[in-house]
Amino acid sequence: SLHMLSENSCGSVVVYVIPESSTLLNQRIRAFVVHGATVHCAAMFPYIVYIVAALSKRVHMTKGTKERMADSMRAIKSSPGEYSPSFWLVFSVAYSFNFLYLISPYLLGYEITFSLLNPDPKLHSLHCDIQDAIQSYIQPLLNKLAPIANFSILYYAVLGVNPRFDNSVSAYTLSADNLSHVINPVEARLGSNAASSNPVLNFLLYVPGAHHSPLYIRDHSKMKAPSNTFHSPRWGSIMVYNLNEMYGSEAERPVDININMAKVMGVFLAHAAPPGSAGLADRELDRLLWSRSVENIATASTPITSLAQLLDQTGNNVINDSIAQQVGGPDSAVAELEAGNLAFALQYSRVAILASERAFFDPSLLHLLYFPVDQKFAIYIPLFLPMYCKSLIFCL
Amino acid sequence: MLILSSLLLFILLAAARDEFQEELVIRPLHSGDIYASFQFRTLWDTDFLQEGQKVSHYRLFPKSLGQVLSKFSVRELHISFTQGFWRTMQWGQPFIPSPPGAELWVWFHDTVSDVDGNWKELTNVLSGIFCASLNFIDLTNTVQPSASFKPLGLGNATDHRFLRYATLPREIVCTENLTPWKKLLPCGSKAGLAVLMKSEKLFHSSFHSQAVHIRPICQDEQCSSKAWELRQTLNVVFDLHTSGQGKKEWSLFKMFSRTLTEACPLASSSKVYVDITDNPELFELSPATPLLGQAVVLGDRRTYSVYDLIMPTSSMVLSPCALGDMLRPLLHAERYVAGFGLQTGEIHTVIYNNHPYRAFPVLLMDSVPWYLQLYIHTLTVTSKSRDNKPSYIHYQPAKDRHRPHLLEMLIQLPPHSMTEVTVQFERALLKWTEYTPDPNHGFYVGSSVVSALVPSMVAMRTNFTQDQPLFSSFVPVKEESSYFVRVYTEPLLVNLPTPDFSMPYNVICLTCTVVAVGYGSFYNLLTRTFQVDEPSPPLSKRLANLIRRMRGVPLLT
Repeated sequence: SLHMLSENSCGSVVVYVIPESSTLLNQRIRAFVVHGATVHCAAMFPYIVYIVAALSKRVHMTKGTKERMADSMRAIKSSPGEYSPSFWLVFSVAYSFNFLYLISPYLLGYEITFSLLNPDPKLHSLHCDIQDAIQSYIQPLLNKLAPIANFSILYYAVLGVNPRFDNSVSAYTLSADNLSHVINPVEARLGSNAASSNPVLNFLLYVPGAHHSPLYIRDHSKMKAPSNTFHSPRWGSIMVYNLNEMYGSEAERPVDININMAKVMGVFLAHAAPPGSAGLADRELDRLLWSRSVENIATASTPITSLAQLLDQTGNNVINDSIAQQVGGPDSAVAELEAGNLAFALQYSRVAILASERAFFDPSLLHLLYFPVDQKFAIYIPLFLPMYCKSLIFCL
Repeated sequence: MLILSSLLLFILLAAARDEFQEELVIRPLHSGDIYASFQFRTLWDTDFLQEGQKVSHYRLFPKSLGQVLSKFSVRELHISFTQGFWRTMQWGQPFIPSPPGAELWVWFHDTVSDVDGNWKELTNVLSGIFCASLNFIDLTNTVQPSASFKPLGLGNATDHRFLRYATLPREIVCTENLTPWKKLLPCGSKAGLAVLMKSEKLFHSSFHSQAVHIRPICQDEQCSSKAWELRQTLNVVFDLHTSGQGKKEWSLFKMFSRTLTEACPLASSSKVYVDITDNPELFELSPATPLLGQAVVLGDRRTYSVYDLIMPTSSMVLSPCALGDMLRPLLHAERYVAGFGLQTGEIHTVIYNNHPYRAFPVLLMDSVPWYLQLYIHTLTVTSKSRDNKPSYIHYQPAKDRHRPHLLEMLIQLPPHSMTEVTVQFERALLKWTEYTPDPNHGFYVGSSVVSALVPSMVAMRTNFTQDQPLFSSFVPVKEESSYFVRVYTEPLLVNLPTPDFSMPYNVICLTCTVVAVGYGSFYNLLTRTFQVDEPSPPLSKRLANLIRRMRGVPLLT
């Protein structure tokens, strides 16, 4: 019977086991790599134990993966009746380097916030077609990375710097040096998610008021930035949307403005996801998962290391057993990384961070034993020192 | 296998779904003070609790509160920070009552499985948002009242397992709490009525209370659509005798040191009401306005001058109706601790019913910390020197270091009477690490809450209209002949038996001294020897001897 080939996650190995008598394969093992990291491998039944060796020439597999694959192959070889149909066996061994479907929204832990800054709501009444923007631009990104997205509109949010008027282009300009001062006052209004500790990527759209219009951003070479956007890695971007010719001076206040979301979203998404087909490539996703896991494990180890150092220095701390149990988090994450389960590794590393922070900030750590060593010295030296001095002098 | 994650995107059209209103009510009080009450209301048509929501859009509703509501499945949230105590007998009833310190009560949704875990995280997140130490709220000061705090919004929940109430009487309110509160407003403090809120003047007052109330409400009579309502209220009572020069005149500039310039452009209505009911002839308002309005609030019909900041020339309702004196508050409560010494004591709660001929029931809720061990068998309720048995008592005893006492009683108050509730208690001795750094200041006991439906002399409006002023629509009015009142008593300050924390130091000093003196004398006795010592020759002889030695001549004796 034919098993339906189901959609695999990338990074999986699909093994087609072919009976010896069939003429489909002209060599014993044939493997080819499709779609970045999915390996399809066809092998004749007696030779399936050699698959692992053949594949490791083509793809990099971690030790754990190789071992498990070898075990499965041996198991299949030894009891073929359990597994093989007469004709085709499509045996999908989804050992993963990464499991895309396991990525829950909180796994990567990103949040994206799109904010519209309107410093002068009396003048401009801004509208943007959010629905359309989400369908066309955000949805594919959400499917890939599944972060959480928020839209918000902030009124009376001003930039922290006063742009200078440049006569040569008869416009206001913000130069690249004072762009770093722009973010601070805005960040106070933006806030981060109060209810979770995920990192946030902010994409701001600033519509300058009438007294600062038009506003251009100049990069380091004094040229106008092409899309009028300023990008700060790991924080987000600010785009300035100029409204020069959209209304005359006699228009009724507040003026209704519709923002062209296509232009805006294009710019933002170019910053959020590197260019390529359908957003983020799978290989990049692997790299992202791997680097995030390693980063998380390093972060998780820091409080625990400092706790251990503290304990060495002042021996009086009382650390409860419950805290000691929580400290084992990073180990399991490292084990998963070695085994090649990136998704599990990331999950465990996030759990490890939470556990280590909880252990570090546990209130029971504040209970020092009442007499630390230096206080003991301070109390007993004036008592016993004169006695010992006299005794010593007497002995001499 | 690639499972396509099913994302339900809940998308809002940008402009049509939220609404913001602001108002300020100024009422001169009989004692010479001025009561100013700000209310900011944001109505938002959305459903936080929809499952799988991945995209949220915030325009007027603050994002931080929206995220908190959705993460913890909160149905109603009421938080207030108050400094000072509201004197009901001198000032009347406030529009929105609040106890001194911080108070937080939350109704969670029925889908929550671990209410205690959600409560703990919620208090910590809110303490971050409001810069207050709400993280001191834990299970030792949280109670679940069974009848006193019914939901103020929609919902017919009767299961009080999803309700949590906590109060921190010791919490101080200052500018650090006002600033994040102002940040939640859509216009911030840049435009509209919030421009008046400057902390130098606001905290230089007899009473200051800021609160946030979030609840789901119906948007129309038939309740075909629901919306979330966020009300931010700020109540201040200025004492103009100390700050004025003795003249009984006041102005916005004198009170707030700012003037109103414009309305918030995002507000659909922005109004200032001035209460001119008492003494309309003696009053002179400038700038004068022909707009007058009447509203029935707290069982009293009062007349207001209305200033509309958005449309300065619009006309509203009609003629004044003179009423004489301030309506004496019909319900009033006090509480104090009696007894002497540091072992036992007695809590007395006195509730006054000032209505001349009507009796009505009140619900008294008391939450006493575990270290005051109540003897409930000594609980007595007396009215007019006769025993008054409560018709409903809900008592949950305390568990040391886990849970406080909760006592709720439904008491029928006879007309024009004073009812006294007394209960004896014993003070516990705490472990020495549980004392605060200033234990001799005392320990606070939170205010008692007296909730009642008080019969009203004036018919209340029960029909729902959109242009009702905000201060009269806070509490839902279910029937015409009574209105809901909540009165908070004073918090108590009790001294617990406190050990002398300087004793370890004293013991060490004494021991060291005794040992030193004792050992020193004993050592001397044992080891001191006496020798005869020649007196040393005078200086001249010594010099002479020195010279003789140099000369090689025999020395003097």
